[in-house]
Amino acid sequence: MIAHPTDRLLDALFERHDVRHEDNMVIAGEGWLDGRAVAVIGTTDRAFIGVETALALADHVLAVLRDHPGRPILLIVDNGGQRLSRWDELMGNNGVIAHLTTCLDFARRNGHRVVGVVHGLAVSGGFMATGMATAACHALPGAELRVMVPDAMARITRIPLDRLMALFETQPVLAPGAENFVRIGGLHGVWEGDPREGLRAALDATDPEDDPRRRLGAERGGRGRAADVAALVRAGAGA
Amino acid sequence: MRPARHSYYEATARRRLAGLLDEGSFREYCPPTMRLTSPHLPALGVPVAFDDGVAVGEGRVQGRPVLVAAQEGGFMGGAVGEVHGAKITGLLERALDVRPDGVVLLLDTGGVRLHEANAGLIAMGEIQRAVLAVRHAGVSVIAAIGGRNGCYGGMSMVARSCDRIVMSEEGRLSISGPEVIETVEGIEEFDSQDRALVWRTMGGKHRRLLGEADALVPDDIGAFRTAIAGFLDRPRPITLDALMAEQARLAARLERFAGCRDGVEVWERLGVAEPKRVPDLGIDAFNALLPSPAEAAE
Repeated sequence: MIAHPTDRLLDALFERHDVRHEDNMVIAGEGWLDGRAVAVIGTTDRAFIGVETALALADHVLAVLRDHPGRPILLIVDNGGQRLSRWDELMGNNGVIAHLTTCLDFARRNGHRVVGVVHGLAVSGGFMATGMATAACHALPGAELRVMVPDAMARITRIPLDRLMALFETQPVLAPGAENFVRIGGLHGVWEGDPREGLRAALDATDPEDDPRRRLGAERGGRGRAADVAALVRAGAGA
Repeated sequence: MRPARHSYYEATARRRLAGLLDEGSFREYCPPTMRLTSPHLPALGVPVAFDDGVAVGEGRVQGRPVLVAAQEGGFMGGAVGEVHGAKITGLLERALDVRPDGVVLLLDTGGVRLHEANAGLIAMGEIQRAVLAVRHAGVSVIAAIGGRNGCYGGMSMVARSCDRIVMSEEGRLSISGPEVIETVEGIEEFDSQDRALVWRTMGGKHRRLLGEADALVPDDIGAFRTAIAGFLDRPRPITLDALMAEQARLAARLERFAGCRDGVEVWERLGVAEPKRVPDLGIDAFNALLPSPAEAAE
């Protein structure tokens, strides 16, 4: 029997782990690294994040908050974006996802080191629902990140596809790919070497500010204006 | 005498600000004269706006100090790019310093600006984190939704991260737009041309009945002002107990409405008499179906 790709990742990340596969491609359990227990929560197989998925993930985050105060959380990110359906919109998927991200954010603010790793794929609202609500999100080599596939982007922006593809070469704010999200500060980095080393470093690291992404984007030259503009507004410039 | 109505739906961002805030009280941060424009649009041959599609600043609502952002739906559908998003994030972070009675976000947006897609997406995550930081500091954040573009994409999650949402019937709040669902899943799943279906699924009345919005107001800037004023300095603390209560509320919702395919079915299960008539009800008759916003908020 061939192991599930997510289980192979967990084998690589942890000395041992006890992680269950549940409905809606949700996983949850624990992994142990250097004898330290880490809560593992996430999705597999490019799951679409519908209301049931988001609510199940939130439930797991709340269980860690309630039962294991301070325990670090690793969020395994693998999704095809939010689920597109009448049911999900009728039930307010935006509200359920907001609840999930508020739970992750609450954990981060209350003594839990919350890190994410993109394994497989992360798309737009699915990334905002998960990895973007962690303190530091990384990607594995080969993982894909995007807001939209290029041909749909071309259609909606009315920029011809060949011109768009040419712009991708020079515009990290526009082009899909983990390396571009790293350059704009949307990912902390890519775990190029041993993923266990990457996880260990991510769990031990802290950032000096509540949200380091603007600074990282500016330092890495991929998103140069956000930090300055936010600082100007915070100072009340021009009023 | 009733004051003249000024349509919120039709108004520009700056007209909304003029109607929301006490006369002469608005002071804009980084105004258009500073020309904080998108650094990315010129490379794509797209015109820029000197405010990048959002006005931010301070003012007063019924004498009380607020910080306020108003998205201009007329510029790129209110979509969030790098500068646009950073202005809103900076405004929220200013609330940590000056502690106003509220931060008011007048949202009118399709979500991410695809022309600077990655930056816009991360910007919305930064806005959301800043909203939560402000709430954890005990300052109320209030979202208002009633413009032409509704409130979609990542900004729909930002809206639901705020303390309160004020909507008009014309407002729409959802993560995925009708056209996107139809394009990907087919017209059988969602007919984006069916305006009544859109409003039954994403519109203000459905969101209010479902408990996703805190007040439903007429399409009138003055009505938005009154509702927003009522929510100033009434934060909803984010605690583990509050999050567990929200978890239980959402789980009960999915169970209660399992199998529903239409807003009318949801309203019927809610016990609304004559649910098919909900779209035709005037605001007062509609709000009589519910506990008042003040009661519901306690």
